[in-house]
Amino acid sequence: MSTLEIRGLKVSVETEQGSVEILKGVDLTIKSGETHAIMGPNGSGKSTLAYSIAGHPKYTITDGTVTLDGKDVLEMTVDERAKAGLFLAMQYPVEVPGVSVSNFLRTAATALRGEAPKLREWVGEMKAAMESLKMDSAFATRNVNEGFSGGEKKRHEIMQLELLKPKFAILDETDSGLDVDALRVVSEGVVRAKEANNHGIILITHYTRILKYIKPDFVHVFANGRIVEEGGPELADKLEADGYAEYVKA
Amino acid sequence: MTTLQSNLLENHTPSGREEAWRFTPLKRLGGMHDGSATPELRNSLATKNPLKDGVTFTHQDVIAVTESDDAIVQRIRAFTNSGALLTIPANTEVAEPIFLNRTSMSTKSAEFSRVQIKAGNHCKATVIIENTGDTHLAEDLEIIVEPGAHLTLISLQEWGSETIHAGRHHAIVDRDATFTSIVVTVGGDLVRLLPTVDFIAPGASCDLSGVYFATAGQFFEHRMFVDHKVANAKSRVNYKGALAGDKAHTVWIGDVFIRAAAEGTDTYELNRNLLLSDGARADSVPNLEIETGEIVGAGHASTTGRFDDEQLFYLMSRGINMEDARRLVVRGFFNEIIAEIGNEEIQNRLMDRIDSELAKAAK
Repeated sequence: MSTLEIRGLKVSVETEQGSVEILKGVDLTIKSGETHAIMGPNGSGKSTLAYSIAGHPKYTITDGTVTLDGKDVLEMTVDERAKAGLFLAMQYPVEVPGVSVSNFLRTAATALRGEAPKLREWVGEMKAAMESLKMDSAFATRNVNEGFSGGEKKRHEIMQLELLKPKFAILDETDSGLDVDALRVVSEGVVRAKEANNHGIILITHYTRILKYIKPDFVHVFANGRIVEEGGPELADKLEADGYAEYVKA
Repeated sequence: MTTLQSNLLENHTPSGREEAWRFTPLKRLGGMHDGSATPELRNSLATKNPLKDGVTFTHQDVIAVTESDDAIVQRIRAFTNSGALLTIPANTEVAEPIFLNRTSMSTKSAEFSRVQIKAGNHCKATVIIENTGDTHLAEDLEIIVEPGAHLTLISLQEWGSETIHAGRHHAIVDRDATFTSIVVTVGGDLVRLLPTVDFIAPGASCDLSGVYFATAGQFFEHRMFVDHKVANAKSRVNYKGALAGDKAHTVWIGDVFIRAAAEGTDTYELNRNLLLSDGARADSVPNLEIETGEIVGAGHASTTGRFDDEQLFYLMSRGINMEDARRLVVRGFFNEIIAEIGNEEIQNRLMDRIDSELAKAAK
């Protein structure tokens, strides 16, 4: 059983107008096997929370703590955070020209597992992950995210989730830009990975549609850089009906 | 005289003020340009493997097929008529690449080397010149690509750190012939190459690509000139460079001249540079001069940038450490061109060399 604990997290970014505080004190505790949906309007700071936990250099932590089983995540480099068990499925995965998906994934798996996976087993692992996400086998030879459609990028992210087996997965708007079929395939991948690894999930989304596939245990409403309301799955139904208007006003 | 013609090398000992020499540190040329080098006829070029399919390679007198106003080429030609001639017979598809290398080296004197490669009508062949070790080399290489021929020339500068190499690689490309050139420069103190192309009949095409990686103190210059003097010829240029370390300096000049008669020309040239540390300098100058509007297309692009933080973040967020992430990005950057070599042993060797250059620079 692992615990990811976020306490009083304040985060700023540098802009031309100076430093702007995006996160204004976030508290959140996630345990293995739990799914927490973070829902909120655009610009409320949801993605900033995701990238700050992953260690993106653009964000400056001004206050608060993030710990994984008591270890200080904020002291870790980006790769150390991944090795500690954090995974961020990005909303806009980055193109890496000239680096094939298979080379990238094997390098990542080698780094995370501490040794290179045996080639034959690895090929089988990749094949299974790709098949279950309904990806063509030629996918492995393509360059990372280069020329991928929106749906392919998200499948690739979830394929990594399945292969890299983190303790906690942060899914940043994984549902955005997906049609109904792709949303189902990707969501099934998330559920399958969770059943296999029992990791905790922070599911960041604007809409409720992905929650039909990935059932949250907890729903947190995010507005203006902090969590403004918390509840169970029924809170999502309320948001579906009423929207975010009452939180934005506040 | 057009701007581009005046960019060609001046017909006298360069002072460094000429357009064609303004980037080159003349003091580091070992006197090849001003007559102070001790010229030597070494006939060092040799075939690495037995020749097949009627291909011949001989050391003999060669007669230049083109003029050159390059000061170094003129000094080579004044010094000797003796050179090496590689002939690929017409209507022959040579299955295996023809490997050439240099068998004798010295940095006490300069090898003045004349070489001709003749690719006969409708032949298809790949020539790979592997340059390793430490030497001083002034090189006058003419490549004659006869009608309908497909010639690929892969020129590998994997020199040691003492080498000075100044060379003109001039291709004359005839009707419906295709010349593909891949230049790799990853070693040497100073390397200055002039990959130039003359289209002499319609339907000719060339694809000039290259990679270079300069580390502390190295100077690598690649100066293209593609002369579209006939109709319906096509040229593509794609060079990629990386620089790391104090006073690493690269120069890429892409001159393309579309003369009035060259209707239907299709040309595009691209140079990308990756600056991996402070103190390095990449000069990149595309020049396009167009005398006719009746063309298919003409364009160029030049970029010089640093590591993309988003790429590094993405790779590192998957557990890959900074050093490995940088290595992946640099390998990926060069892979587009290195993969075109089509020889796994050479590709792996070059990627290993690029890794070690990067590791050296990181220290």
